[in-house]
Amino acid sequence: MLNAHDILETIQMIEEENLDVRTITMGISLLDCCHSDIDVTCQKIYDKITRYAKDLVKTGEQIEREYGIPIINKRISVTPIAMILASCENRDAVKIAVTLEKAALACGVNFLGGFSALVQKGFGPGDRELIEAIPEALAVTEHICSSVNIGSTKTGINMDAVKLMGQTVRRAAELTADKGCIGPAKLVVFCNAPEDNPFMAGAFHGAGEPDCVINVGVSGPGVVRAALAKAGDCDLTAVADLIKKTAFKITRMGQLVATEASRRLGVPFGIVDLSLAPTPAVGDSVAYILEEMGLECCGCHGTTAALALLNDAVKKGGVMASSHVGGLSGAFIPVTEDAGMIEASRCGGLTIQKLEAMTAVCSVGLDMINIPGDTPAEVISAIIADEAAIGMVNSKTTAVRVIPAIGMNVGDELSFGGLLGGGPVMPLSTYSPAKFINRGGRIPAPMQSLKN
Amino acid sequence: MRAVITVVGKDTVGILSRVSAECAAHKINVEEVTQSILRDMFAMIMMVDIEQSDIPFTEFADNLESIGKDMHLSIHAMHEDLFNAMHTI
Repeated sequence: MLNAHDILETIQMIEEENLDVRTITMGISLLDCCHSDIDVTCQKIYDKITRYAKDLVKTGEQIEREYGIPIINKRISVTPIAMILASCENRDAVKIAVTLEKAALACGVNFLGGFSALVQKGFGPGDRELIEAIPEALAVTEHICSSVNIGSTKTGINMDAVKLMGQTVRRAAELTADKGCIGPAKLVVFCNAPEDNPFMAGAFHGAGEPDCVINVGVSGPGVVRAALAKAGDCDLTAVADLIKKTAFKITRMGQLVATEASRRLGVPFGIVDLSLAPTPAVGDSVAYILEEMGLECCGCHGTTAALALLNDAVKKGGVMASSHVGGLSGAFIPVTEDAGMIEASRCGGLTIQKLEAMTAVCSVGLDMINIPGDTPAEVISAIIADEAAIGMVNSKTTAVRVIPAIGMNVGDELSFGGLLGGGPVMPLSTYSPAKFINRGGRIPAPMQSLKN
Repeated sequence: MRAVITVVGKDTVGILSRVSAECAAHKINVEEVTQSILRDMFAMIMMVDIEQSDIPFTEFADNLESIGKDMHLSIHAMHEDLFNAMHTI
């Protein structure tokens, strides 16, 4: 039986603590859109996406109003486009990107992910063409997100792809320099990419997924922080317990929205992604949770331990609340999207070295970090290689989404607006890894025993 | 289907009557009412049955919201399932 306290708690979470469902993402397989003629392929892609997702936004808005839960984003993820491109004689990937943009606009979604390639072991047909087209595709479209998987625990790291991706990230920034370097903000380089991730920019619909599926990503850093603030002085066992209980409630809401959306759209429910996804809104910050735990500034010594506790407790609380859990599931630490991280990096409390350590225990990786505009491609590749190595060795997903702020230096501010936020350009090591990156080849898959 | 109406704000004359009049106008049966004063804030929770309602639920929720704006209160009407999901195992 419901009691007044529970009801008012929910209302307070939504009204004051920014509780929301971050995204309902419809995954659509495009494997049956393959055709040797790229124009036919494009037509099939447009038709299928607009047929399957025509009611997605409307249904999301209906659920939002009936249940009173804000559902911030309605999105689409599709089969990695490199797989589709492989069937075409003329492999003009930008043409497909433009088609996807049209389909995204027709459906009214705010992002469509899956302009992707999986090259962890090597390049297949279509992969190179797709990667080379990424900078232009991101420059001529607004809603398309791209991701490339360059390594995994089972395969090791494809260092040729790492080299190429360093150049691609840089080029994407150069081509969008007049639009605030927005290109690389829509591009993620993964190791161990999940196939059912509903969050952008890394969402794609994996080859093992059904024809169409509904995945939901929850959020709620503000709720966790508020719960900790109310708890006052307690030990870390109690902190972990409290985070678990809060994550349970947040996830139950996500599960409800996911089952309801799947029922109304007649599409199978895939997973709930148990994530604490921050937004630039004050109070909706993962950094503030860490500071609430007792750190003076996010990034100080102790941050990695606090984040490890948080990430684990979110998963433990969420797992029981949902019938199927997947995606990235954990705490995100995107710098420009998190008010607390922005402050910490402005005052110098948070450095890229500490962020790298944090990615070993959180759910994603070096995310939304502005780097100096003159950063050479090899340095970006080396950042990707470091991050992929952490993911590969620890059997977890890691990713890099850094934005070379063209024409800017350390301390300058680059802003994207909206959910992507903005923040200062952070300093990198200026020593060169060029020789290491230019060697190419593959880093072999790591041992799965003798773990020390 | 049941819904939960919550009213939070500064106590004033006629809150219960305005909200229940809106329910009655649309054949929505009030099954349970609890109210309390937290500090000087008024909090009322109503469980209502919307099975026989003659307007779509979202429209009813909008009507209540505008009554809330009128009376400087925050009024929400939400599907009962949300609270059950979040607070029961």
